[in-house]
Amino acid sequence: MVITKNDVLKVVDKIVEVIKENKEYLTELDAAIGDADHGINLDRGFDAVKQKLTTLPETTDIGTILKTLGMTLVSTVGGASGPLYGTAFMRAGQVVQGKNELYEEDIVKIFEAALDGIKQRGKAEAGDKTMIDSIEPAYKALKDSLENNIALPEALNRAANAAKEGMEYTKNISARKGRASYLGERSIGHLDPGATSAYLMIKSFSDVVNLS
Amino acid sequence: MVGIVLVSHSRKIVEGIYELASQMTGGKVPIGVAGGTQDGRLGTDATEIMEEIKKVDDGEGVVVLVDIGSAVMSAQMAIELLGEEYEGKVKIADAPLVEGAIAASVEASIGSGFDKVLLVAEEAKKLNKL
Repeated sequence: MVITKNDVLKVVDKIVEVIKENKEYLTELDAAIGDADHGINLDRGFDAVKQKLTTLPETTDIGTILKTLGMTLVSTVGGASGPLYGTAFMRAGQVVQGKNELYEEDIVKIFEAALDGIKQRGKAEAGDKTMIDSIEPAYKALKDSLENNIALPEALNRAANAAKEGMEYTKNISARKGRASYLGERSIGHLDPGATSAYLMIKSFSDVVNLS
Repeated sequence: MVGIVLVSHSRKIVEGIYELASQMTGGKVPIGVAGGTQDGRLGTDATEIMEEIKKVDDGEGVVVLVDIGSAVMSAQMAIELLGEEYEGKVKIADAPLVEGAIAASVEASIGSGFDKVLLVAEEAKKLNKL
């Protein structure tokens, strides 16, 4: 299956929309264990992304689109999710530089580069109650599914389900990174806002591919 | 002269420290400030930090002082974005922001080199107040 540049732009639009819809929810989650700005920050960032992408020439390749997206988040989000998601999208852009179409192996590379970038930037691992807890299981589910010849839409659907389970798991563990780590065990019982926004983005990707 | 860049989530914090450090050094040391987002929220912006580093660098190196959380990540990202040209010449001090900024500025004002300014900034975390 081929993912075109137009599909990528549709995914970005979907993410912008879903983050806006969940702005208050993400901020509420962050108010419980952080600094109550995750939803507001991401929404500002993705609004800026939407603006910025309209200024790119029609001939812009997918790699450049993703890198521009990442750089825009870095300069507009404000909180830790700026450099984290910014790095993720910039690294993802690097591995598909110059491409106008993506295939299964490119999608795996994108997830891998994004995950590695976030781990490196945040010096975090699975189980620290961060966005990694949804992205890592999603990456593994996607890779396993495609290796077993499952079609991309279903593989992305499985990735989104794995991300959801990973997100839900963050409720049971205590935070070891970010402001929530000041709360230690008192962070148990709350979903991690970063894991939640990461799930929403992966779900958006899956939804767009499954509906097209 | 070694340059200093101050990074906080709050514009007011870095402007206040800038005022304090400039007073102590007679305005001799180039000090950059990066704080808050472009639309006035609390937060840090890696591209702003990068621009401030460029602004205060005269070739002797730049010591960056940060507050908490995303300030560290944004500063690391800014250094990466600067690329090879700045490699090894810009470092984040593992130091408290206010005390480190004052110690580093004073040290830079007497003409000390990059390594010494960084060291003095980091020693500020051992400072006893009582």
